[in-house]
Parts: sequence; C-alpha cells; structure tokens
Amino acid sequence: MADTVTLTINGQKVTVPAGTMVLEAAQQAGIDIPTFCHDPELSRPGACRICVVEIKGWRNLPPSCVTAVTDGMEVETESDAVVEARRTILELLLANHPEDCMTCQKFGDCRLADYAYRYGIRNTAFIGDKTDFPVDESSAVLYRDMNKCVLCGKCVRVCAEVVGRNVYDFTSRGFSTKVAPALDVGLGEIDESGCVSCGSCVAVCPVGAIVEKNMIGKARPWEVKKVKTTCPYCGCGCGFDLNVKAGKVIGVTSNPDSEVNGRHLCVKGRFGFDFIHSPDRLTSPLIKKDGDFVEVSWEEALRYTTSRLKEIKAQHGGDAMAVLSSARCTNEENYLMNKVARVAFGTNNIDHCARL
Amino acid sequence: MADITLTINGQKVSVPEGITVLEAAEMLGISIPTFCYEKDLTAPGACRICVVEIKGWKNLPPSCVTAVTGGMEVQTESPAVVEARKTILELLVANHPLDCMTCEKSGNCKLQDYAYRYGVTSPTPFEGEKHNWEADDSNPYIYRDLNKCILCGKCVATCRAVEERNVIDFASRGFNTRIATFMDTELKDSSCVYCNRCVTVCPVGALTDKTLMGKGRVWEFEKKEVTCTFCESGCKFIINYKDGRVVGVTAKEASAGRPLCLKGRLGTDLMNNPDRTDLPFINRDGEFVEVSWEEALGLGNIVEKINSLKK
Amino acid sequence: MTNSIGEIKDCDYLFVIGSNTTEAHPIISLEMRKAKNRGATLIVADPRKTEIAELADIHIPLKPGANIPLMNVMCNVIIEEGLYDKEFVANRTEGFEELKEAVVNFTPESYAGIIGVPADVIREVARGFAKASSAAIFYTMGITQHTSGTHNVLAVANLSMLTGQIGKPSSGVNPLRGQNNVQGACDMGALPNVYPGYQAVTDSNNKEKFSSTWGLEQSAKVGLTVGEMMDEAHHGNLKALYILGENPMLSDPDISHVQQSLENLEFLVVQDLFLTETAMLADVVLPGASFAEKDGTFSNTERRVQRVRKAIEPLAGKADWEVIAEILTRMGYPHEYCSASDIFDEIAKVTPQYAGISYSRLEQGSLQWPCPTADHPGTVYLHSGKFSRGLGKFTALDFEPPAELPDEEFPFVLNTGRRLYHYHTGTMSRRAKGLSAIYGEESIEINPADACRLSISNGDMVKVSSRRGSINAKADITDRVPQGMVFTSFHFSEVAVNFLTNSARDPIAKIPELKVCAVKVEKAC
Repeated sequence: MADTVTLTINGQKVTVPAGTMVLEAAQQAGIDIPTFCHDPELSRPGACRICVVEIKGWRNLPPSCVTAVTDGMEVETESDAVVEARRTILELLLANHPEDCMTCQKFGDCRLADYAYRYGIRNTAFIGDKTDFPVDESSAVLYRDMNKCVLCGKCVRVCAEVVGRNVYDFTSRGFSTKVAPALDVGLGEIDESGCVSCGSCVAVCPVGAIVEKNMIGKARPWEVKKVKTTCPYCGCGCGFDLNVKAGKVIGVTSNPDSEVNGRHLCVKGRFGFDFIHSPDRLTSPLIKKDGDFVEVSWEEALRYTTSRLKEIKAQHGGDAMAVLSSARCTNEENYLMNKVARVAFGTNNIDHCARL
Repeated sequence: MADITLTINGQKVSVPEGITVLEAAEMLGISIPTFCYEKDLTAPGACRICVVEIKGWKNLPPSCVTAVTGGMEVQTESPAVVEARKTILELLVANHPLDCMTCEKSGNCKLQDYAYRYGVTSPTPFEGEKHNWEADDSNPYIYRDLNKCILCGKCVATCRAVEERNVIDFASRGFNTRIATFMDTELKDSSCVYCNRCVTVCPVGALTDKTLMGKGRVWEFEKKEVTCTFCESGCKFIINYKDGRVVGVTAKEASAGRPLCLKGRLGTDLMNNPDRTDLPFINRDGEFVEVSWEEALGLGNIVEKINSLKK
Repeated sequence: MTNSIGEIKDCDYLFVIGSNTTEAHPIISLEMRKAKNRGATLIVADPRKTEIAELADIHIPLKPGANIPLMNVMCNVIIEEGLYDKEFVANRTEGFEELKEAVVNFTPESYAGIIGVPADVIREVARGFAKASSAAIFYTMGITQHTSGTHNVLAVANLSMLTGQIGKPSSGVNPLRGQNNVQGACDMGALPNVYPGYQAVTDSNNKEKFSSTWGLEQSAKVGLTVGEMMDEAHHGNLKALYILGENPMLSDPDISHVQQSLENLEFLVVQDLFLTETAMLADVVLPGASFAEKDGTFSNTERRVQRVRKAIEPLAGKADWEVIAEILTRMGYPHEYCSASDIFDEIAKVTPQYAGISYSRLEQGSLQWPCPTADHPGTVYLHSGKFSRGLGKFTALDFEPPAELPDEEFPFVLNTGRRLYHYHTGTMSRRAKGLSAIYGEESIEINPADACRLSISNGDMVKVSSRRGSINAKADITDRVPQGMVFTSFHFSEVAVNFLTNSARDPIAKIPELKVCAVKVEKAC
C-alpha cells in the first residue's frame, strides 16, 4: 500500500496518509464538513449522513466519516446535491425538535442550530408528530431531554467505549427510538442506571439533549469567559475550563486540549466546583478573643500573627515552631511555606499530608 | 441638584434628584429589563417589562418613567415583579416565530435574553393566533419581519429624530397593530434612506441588516470600534470580524444625528471586493500587467546592492 | 509515577495493588480500560472487591497487610522458573543474591492462604508479569498506609527490577498520588528532611547552597513529620504551628490525640477556605483563596507541571501566596515577588528538576519533570538506562504483620479509603450540591455473613469501636468487603473514622497504618 494518497477536495489538492477518511482529509485542508455522529475518539457508525459528500464517479453520496480516500479521488463537499441532502436531513430533524432555543441551555453551542443557520433552514416541509418524552431530571447533575435528541449515539458510545459504564443504549424502534438507561430508569437512580455522573455524555452531545443541570439559567455560552486550569481534586491533574460570568464561576466544561484527560472528567472535577462560592467561605481574617472568633482586618491579623510568631521564636527558638503545608495548594505556595519554616522560623519542621 | 437617598433591593443609594428608578438601579449595577426604553429617546413607558415594586404603591410602576423620591423602597425582582414580567414575556412569545436557530438577532435579542432569564418557553399558556405577515425583502439593506416585532416603537421614535424623515409609524389597532410606512408600502417605495438607525435600536429580530445576514452569529464576531472616514461627521461604528475577516459594520448606538449612514456601512464591501488586487500593475506597451511589489518599486536587486556596498 | 498516564493504554500487563482506581483516580482508570480493551491483562490485588477488581482478569483478595508475601512469592516463582530478566539484573541492579535468599521460603503454597488465591493462580500472575512485553505496577495508599509501608514499596521495586519491567515505555512503578498537588508539595520541599527538589537537608553542599540562596544559615537537623509534630505539641515542646489548607482534625489518625496536641500549642495559625474542624482550634484564622482565585502551578502524579489560572478575584481579597509572602516580609525577610510567576522563577533556580520550566513555556503546554534546561522537552518515563542511585538495589524483605490485628474483643479489621463522590475531609466536595445530592451520607461496609451473624440489616445504625474511640454509622451490607472486614471513608466528619484508626507509623516514612486496625461492630441502640 502506498504511504500517501493525493486527492482533490473542492478543487484543492490534498495529500494525506493512506487510510485517512475523506472527512479528516478535508479537515486537514481546512474544509469544515458538518458532523453529528462522528467523533474522533469513538467508533464510527456513519449513521447520521450529515457529512455526505459528492465524489466524482460515485453514484451515491457517501458519508465522508467512513469513506477512505483513494488516489485521484475528486471530492466536492458543498455541491448542490450535497447541500440538498444536508438540508433534507436537517429539515427532518427540525420537524421533530422542540422550538425552545430561547431558553435552551445548549443554544450558542448547538450543532443543530449551527447547521440550520449555515444551510438557512427556516421552515421544514415535514410537519408531523413530535415526540413527547418526559424529561429525565432524576440525576443531581445532568438534565436529559430526549425530545431534543438527534440519535447520533455519541453518548451511547462514549459511555461504552471510553467510560466503560454502558449506561445508555438505543431503545424502541422507528419514530419511538430513544436513548435510555436499562429498563428506561432515570439516570439519577444510580443503583439501577449504573451512571457515575462523569458527564462525558454532556461533553459529546451535539445538541441540548443532555446538559449540566447546575448551569441551566446561569448564562448563555456566548456570555461566558472560559479559563483553562487544573482540577483541585485527585492527583490525575485533569485540565478543564472554568466558566465565568460576572466574576462568578458558574460551571466546568471540558477542554479538549487537556493533556491528561482530553474531554473526560470525573463527577468531582465536572460538578464539584460550587464550594468556591459557598456561603461558608471565610472572607475576613479571624482572631480568637476570649474564646470567640472576631472578624479583623488583614492588617491587624497579619500584625498580630507575626508578632506572636516572633515572640515565640525569641523565647523558645525556631525548633519549637512548625509549618504544615498543603498538598492542595500550589507549588508556589508550598515553596513559600518552605521559606516560612526554613528562613522565617529557622527550622526544618515542615511537612504536609502526603502520608494521608 | 440635591441628592436623594432611596433603597433598591435592600441596598441604600444616593442619587441626583430627578432621575428615574431605572437609572438609579443602573448606578447600583442592578439590571432591569427594558424593551421600549432607549437612553437618547423619550421614554413612552409602554412595554411594562421594567416594572418594579415600590413599598406603599398599589400598582407596579414602570421604572423607566418613575422618578426617585426620598426614602423610596424599591424591589426589582420581587415575586410580583417577576410574575408580571413573565406574563408579559409569555404574551410576547405566544405570538413570536420560534426560529431562533436561524434568526440573525439570536445572541443579541432582548426577547430571547429575558425569556432565558425568566425561564419563559414555548408553549406558553397563551397559545392563539399568530401573525403571518410577509417579510419586507424589497431592498438590499434592511430586512423587515414584522412577525417578530414586539411594538416597542423605538424604530418610530429614532426615525422621527432624523430631520425630514418620519418614514414609519404605528398603523392599525389591537392585534393587527404594526409598524408601517406611509400607505404601508414596502421600504423601497418609502422615503427611507437606509441609515439603519431603526436596525440599531430594534431589540428583537424584526429589523435586520441584510449585509450581515448569513455571515455568522453575533457571538462568533470579534468587534472593533473605529471612526468612519467617509465624511467629516466622524461617526463611531463597530467593525465585525469573523475568523479574521471583516463581515460587516454596525452602528455603535443611535445617538443624536445619524449614527452611521449607508456609505459607512457599505465601505466594507470594498474591502472584500473580488476585483481588488493585492499586487501592483505596470503599464507595458499600453497594457496593465500585474507585477510583484519588488518590481514595481524597483527593489528587485536590493540585496545585491546592499551586498555590493558592504564590499 | 515512573511512567506517564498516556503510556498506560499501551501497557500489556497491569498489576494494580492497593488502589481503588475507578473511584480514587477515575481518569487513570479510563486509561486502564483502554489497555484492557486492547487485550492487556489486568491483575488487581485488593482485599475489597472494588470496581476495578471486578474488571480484572484475576482479582487477588489478599489479607490486609499481606503485600510483602505476595511480592515475595511472585519473586520466588520468577527466580525459581528462571523468568527474571538476567541482563537487567546483571547490568542495572545489585543485591540479587540477597533477594534470592530472602524469597526462597516464599513458595506459593505456603502463602496462598493469606494471599487469597490458589498457588497456581499466583504462579500464573508471576509468569504473566515477567513475560509481558510491558508490565507496570500501580499502587496507592493500599500498600503504603501500613507500618510496613516503606518495605511494601521496596517489595514492589524488587518485582519490577527483577523482571526488568522498569525504565522503558509502559513499564514501571507507579504510585498514584491522591491529592492534586501532593507531588508538587513534595517537590517543593514541604518535607522535614529535604529542600526543594529532594535535596537532603543533611547534605552539607545543599545546606550551603540554600544558606546562600535564602541568605540565612540553614539547619542540618531533620525536622518533624506531621505525626511527630502532634507528639511534640502533646509533650509541650512544640509551641507554634502554621497550618495551610490542611485539616488534621479529620484526616489524621487518632483524632482525640490530634485535638489534645493542637489545644496544647501556644499559638496556632490556620489558613483555609472554611472554618474547618482544625481552624476552630486556631488563635488566628486567615481566609484562603480557592484554585479559581489564584495563579500558580500544580504537579500531578506523573510529574506534570500544569498551570492553575486565576478566573475570579480572591473572595477574601488576597491569594494565599500573597498572604504567605507578606508574613515572610513582616517576619523580617522581605520578598520581591510581584506575581506567582516570579516565585516560580525562584523555584526553577533552586530545584534542578524544575530548572527548565517557566510560565512562558507552560503557556505552550505542560511539562513533566525532570526538565533540567529551557530546551529540554521534559521526561515521559524515569530510570531509562540508569537509576538515580546508579544501580537498582534489591532489598531482602520479610513478612511484617500489621501493628494491630483483630482479637477476641476487636474481631474486625477496619479498612479506610476514598469514595468517588468525595475528596479528603470533604471541605470542598461536601459543599458541592451535586456531589452531596448523590452521596450525602457515609455508611460503613460490612459483609453479609458478618451482618447476618450480628443481626444487622441494611441501613441499621451500627457502632464501630476501636481501642481509641467509637463512631456510629449506617450499615451498608455488601460483599465488596470480605468477611471480617469493615470499610468506610474519612470524608465525613459525622463518621470521623480517624477516631478509631491506629497512629502506629512506619518507622521510615512515618506514614500511619490507616488501612488496618482492630475494631468491634455492634448494633447501635
């Protein structure tokens, strides 16, 4: 087999490794082909057909995500036939999609809306029944509205292939087809559903069928500032985006560029951030006076603290003092705590809870 | 002017006498929704979305036309206020096309923002007849879809502010009320000069700048404020970029005078004109030939020249 | 970790011992699943039938504390059958003869009882590990929180050196660190015996280096560990303690002792996000800033240095590093740090492993130490070609039973650990609404046979007592725990299991034996 293949996409010559799919070849050439069911990390069902392209000499419009490139192939990604096919697919999807973009949490980051806009689908020709599934609100962290589902199956596959939980699968047939946990229990009935609330399904859902419950009503995607940072929980060191609006952290979303974890997080990383704005947070220094804590200024707290420490150092020496640093604070803070012990106190009495 | 002290949502604030409750709230960073209010236009107090609760008052007054008084105790998000706003929004959404997916205004639409803020979604309790007016697509500049109009009247007021225009006004009554040109003609047959003040103030998707249609969603745009260079007025406007490419121009705000005339908005067409060339031409034997910059500027052998100087 | 997380998926033989990976390190467990889906063999040694144990090809339900016997038996089989990597042993190690002698009596048959699987299965595991093209060991506190903790780790090292399964891709010894920056805290010298970069305080060169860098004559005397601090405070020798973001009143063994010790201090400063159980005892409490409120770096379990970025302003007005720096200044040691980046530059100057790292490089992506120079790409796996000490040393080890074993009065073994939904002492995770809604109450796991014998039904309140205290919790009847063992986490102050645990410590690493103590279980009235 030749190592590379040269083909033409939209008149542009592209050379890619043999075995590459047309979709990826186009992506490498900077050409965007819409996809619903395709995900580079998951198996390829080639099911949704939105990624169809026209290839010279082929009779049908093959889905580009599962069509391997061949030498000399001539591909058109936005020909009239392709656009017509995509429009029909979108019209069929929109015919059975709730019209609540105004309040849908996904709006602004929704592929269905993006493609409807891209192909200008204002009205659908296929008026008919609409599904009326009850919304699954049983999970403490996820909100599932199967009326918005486009049956791309990515949640099914990510749960089976990456997370290994196999919580979801397709149930029923035809128009009634729906993605559900076993026996159609609520996701939140974790003993039955087996869901560990990791939210990888949220990270792959292209529409508003699965969204983070804690972000509903807090902000639209375009109002949010995303700040990439590192998770404060276990030692894996996962990366994610803190979503900030008006000086408040309103949620955590996957950042695909995270070296350790990609888009995947556990329940703590994705949903464990609201301690940040807990009403229990201390916002002012406290000094214990006659057995009770009294709020004081930073100036007073620091003056009092350092004068007491200096007294004790003068009276008992540095080795009567110690520092307990933190495995939850930053390297910079731990380094400075080092200096507090070894310079300011003058002792090697410093430790942290590595052993716990 | 003397300062007045009042309480808004439990926060004490001292403000100049004569300002409205809405303005006082803004000074505290409290956002009250508005449709018909516009800073530089006369407030009609019509849409009622800005109502607030004031201790001791029997009704819920619109904050945009209610002046502050000393000791006033205002609640901007009390249950009664929220209920009133939700009802207003439900009535508006009941007769609004639900095509946000393709609506150009999505992401910058007050109706959408407030529906999200107060959780008002279709179907509303007020399902009934919906307008099915044909959109006015008669001209190259403004797309008018009055099915989306919420009758805030800001387009009427801002048009009236331009000397000798007064292109539009309210027409008909009740459910059939609509904003119309004289004799309800299409815009192209009216005295409209497409200054787009109306587009700038429209809070929903009823008036759209056609040059931006299909170019991208507002949240995909990067914005840069510049001063127009076409005439001496020096209008401020915003250039919208998507993926590094200019897609269009929007007016900063409808301040006094024309915020941005047609010329200013159309200038961007020149930037992306396919007839534009990146390279210079040289007239050779009566014909223009495209050449490189080096050649046109006579810099072709500059490196050699420098090298020879070094020696 | 000597390997990287990204190498796990390519590993052919995964040997997980004392790690509840799916719950404590969920993202690492995803990589293990990838390896398994590729056809790798997964062996899990754990007394409990955890989720990762259920996923395993072979689950070894070893008795608590039987880690050295398991390792020694595997070494015995590998030596006996000549499966060890002779070239690696000859060129890269020393002490092979001592090891051979030490494990000679550790035959599979004689230890199958406490290891919990038949002799042939142990043989199969040993052979598989030795023959695999890449084999890696993963462990956590399940082997370290024992009085034999250090020796358990050395036993793991014996096995990987014997088979040459270290110093190459996807093969190595991988402790999975339990807290976001426990690796970094160690790297930064938040330890009583080393300066930043594991430079021993007893070494005169290091002492000199830091004396001159920091401008103050350094002490060569090794300091106190956490447990020793508590003891010294109890004796009245330690007068002042400055605690940053730790909650020993819930996390440390034998809480009553910790409380008496902290109360005995003349001056206690606690810097934390919340008024924790520990902060309640303080003279001064300084409000901390959460990870969202400050710039900095965390170093993860695979030595990866990653940026923490400030997303919002500190709620209390100051980031922790600003507070600490100010204390340094007021103590008479002024600083010149304008940002976290400035501190990092000083770290890079004194820490050889971090020397090539800077904030500007980290903007391009994270780096794994050692990264000695500004153009060094970082290190994916350790010990390639050479160990840090030169030759890898085998250690002859014998079985050391835990310090406190069940007896007639306290017939159960109490094992402790973590839950998927919570973290450490719960100060953060229990304030997350979603997590609390899913897992809002702690219970204690007990085997159905034991529960039946004690007439305990699922959900009954039980009283669990040790020689040091007692706690009440709901019974969770499950065969996840073997007969004779009960298990719970230390996340919940209502079920403060460390009232019961034994503070007996490993003599070398001073780690307490939190995985084994003797308790009795009764139905609470």
